[in-house]
Amino acid sequence: MKKTFRIGGVHPHDNKISAEAAIEIFPAVETAFVSMAQHLGAPATPVVAVGDKVKVGQVIAEPSGFISGYVHSPVSGTVKSVGPRADIAGNLVPHVEITVEGDEWLEDIDTSDTIVKEIPYTPEEILDKVKKAGVVGLGGASFPTHVKLAPPKDKKAECVILNGTECEPFLTSDDRIMRERPQEILIGGAIMMKALGVTRGYVGIEENKPAAIASMTEAAKAFPQFEIVTLKKRYPQGGEKQLIDAVIRRQVPSGALPIDTGAVVQNVGTALAVYEAVQKNKPLIDNVITVTGKCLPVQHNYKVRIGTPMSKILEVAGGVPEKAAKIISGGPMMGRAIANLDAATVKANGAILLLTDEETRRRPESNCIRCSKCASACPMGLEPWLLNKLSRAGGMYDELEKERVFDCIECGCCSFTCPAGIPLLDMIRISKAEVMKILRSRPKK
Amino acid sequence: MNKLIVSPSPHTHSPESTQSIMRDVLIALTPAMLVSILASGWSVLALICVSVVACVLLEFLIQKYLLKVPVTVCDLSAAVTGCLLALNLPPNAPWWIAVIGAVVAIGIAKMSFGGLGQNIFNPALVGRVFLLVSFPVIMTSWDDAGSMFGVVDAFSGATPLGAVKEGLKNGMTLSQITADNLTFSQQFFFNAGGSAGELSAVALILGFIYLLCRRVIKATIPVTILCTVLVVSGIFWLANPEKFTNPVFNIFTGGLLLGSIFMATDYVTSPMTTKGQIIFGIGIGLITVFVRYFGSYPEGVSFAILIMNCAVPLLNKYCKPRRFGEVKK
Repeated sequence: MKKTFRIGGVHPHDNKISAEAAIEIFPAVETAFVSMAQHLGAPATPVVAVGDKVKVGQVIAEPSGFISGYVHSPVSGTVKSVGPRADIAGNLVPHVEITVEGDEWLEDIDTSDTIVKEIPYTPEEILDKVKKAGVVGLGGASFPTHVKLAPPKDKKAECVILNGTECEPFLTSDDRIMRERPQEILIGGAIMMKALGVTRGYVGIEENKPAAIASMTEAAKAFPQFEIVTLKKRYPQGGEKQLIDAVIRRQVPSGALPIDTGAVVQNVGTALAVYEAVQKNKPLIDNVITVTGKCLPVQHNYKVRIGTPMSKILEVAGGVPEKAAKIISGGPMMGRAIANLDAATVKANGAILLLTDEETRRRPESNCIRCSKCASACPMGLEPWLLNKLSRAGGMYDELEKERVFDCIECGCCSFTCPAGIPLLDMIRISKAEVMKILRSRPKK
Repeated sequence: MNKLIVSPSPHTHSPESTQSIMRDVLIALTPAMLVSILASGWSVLALICVSVVACVLLEFLIQKYLLKVPVTVCDLSAAVTGCLLALNLPPNAPWWIAVIGAVVAIGIAKMSFGGLGQNIFNPALVGRVFLLVSFPVIMTSWDDAGSMFGVVDAFSGATPLGAVKEGLKNGMTLSQITADNLTFSQQFFFNAGGSAGELSAVALILGFIYLLCRRVIKATIPVTILCTVLVVSGIFWLANPEKFTNPVFNIFTGGLLLGSIFMATDYVTSPMTTKGQIIFGIGIGLITVFVRYFGSYPEGVSFAILIMNCAVPLLNKYCKPRRFGEVKK
């Protein structure tokens, strides 16, 4: 029997219409806009000034805290400006604007296709290389990878789980890299296992990607430490906690960290980035972005340098069709609607999805019929209908805390499944933010 | 350039809606309705039509003119109530009975609580019980309505459960009363005494399977009720088969199947968690058996469901789903 997580989940249509589009190298842009907020945590501090010449892979910003990261120039050219620019939501974030001149890479970066399998580095060297390369989690949260590879002293890692589930509908970038670069992914995984000092590795892939499963299984013959685990198709299997439950049957207790189960989950894209960082000295300056949507005549998987404006990608992909009503960065379940198409891509961008009005329009809300489908769908075992009621009542934060609103992973299963069209997750997000604020302000025992 | 929508995730929705769920319930009720029409003729069809029209019209009028809120009859919930109400009436009941039932069901049991999703009690059952205590003669007489299609021999007299109750009251033993006891196939495919909707177990079970396949309901509540009835009446029957009816007879007679498949599973008035649903089902099963064996009414399913409806808020409060990461106790 194929494995899956044990609580909740839904089955949205997977719509993997771009799965057969091989990865194309996205053409060079004239100007790159590199955000300093490429990772979770504090934005990096720019270390270049206007007029500086930079090469591909050169550090242009340094971390400004423990949870922060390096940012490298994705292009070669001249720094035109350093200052605030709007991100996809329209928020102003510090950016470095670089006018592109040629494509000159730093000398120590290995740009050949040769696959380097030997890992001669110590765990400390690996961590340092990963950190200096600015690698972040590419599954969506963009958590700095070196932090995750160095768990607190009192926790013990037991295994690494590579996340190739790609449970979000439409997305295919992970599918493509698993088909096209399986060896590099597994070497990247092996590097992370060495850094963590563990000997067990898993790759979780959902059953709707048979080609990726085949190619990873073939590649894994040379990596006996990895087991390729075929998982049932079920959303949100790619959630860190759900994936751990699906693969090793352990549930992260409320309030604890995933490492408490002994598992370290890394996206397959992150594993590839780690491989490039450690074996090829190549910092994280590009990633694979799926450009898809039923209203697009042609679907693409592009390898795009970070700092490329979304509008540019859409233009090259054939322009925005008249019918497109919502453009999303990411998938339809957890992606963010783009308010500013001129925003530049960041490391964790995995997809640009175009939806038409009828695909995405919200239903008018009607009375809750108490069908409890939301509770059955919630992968965290919460009761969204109750959280919605408590949120709307206003001020009932003690009750919301008791109902564990802070456990919500915002996967959207409840809103997706509600037959009455109630925007459950919207209400839960509002009260979750309030409850988190209260929890943080509470003195630690 | 297009105007783009910006809103929080999720950006997509499952195709299921309140309307599609209610439509599935109506489809699931179709076999039972067809059987009763075939058995009792056009009068049942007329009864169903009157009941549905009365329920929908009443909800429309109350929403539009009394409460002045958006009209939501298109969600089909009033139509479902209408169908269930009609199926809970004797096949030959006069049409105005259905209208009174609709007024109680929609007007009192549903709309005065705030409409769909707000009511504590199952509207159709409130309507039925109101009629049962107000018009006991009409509600318990099963005169020959005449089977126009001649599919079955028309049946007149009391329901099987009513006959048992009557006989026991007169000091008879079961073997005397039900010497011509129903055969199993009679019980399973067609037994002619009872409300319009409870004539054929197989029609109701077909509807049940449809609802399960469409994932409209889960099997928890009906299965728990039926198992409870089976076990509890089994114990009594083994103790004294002369006084207590046998478990299979209990499952297939009266409104037990209709009630447990279509009324006890009503989303609004049943518990939200599996744990709660099991307690709810056991409660209904127990009360049903006790009313049948010891109560003054021959039939107890309606009362059992209504009584357990009261317990739902409490069950929701104390029966929580298993949270992710919770240690099994």
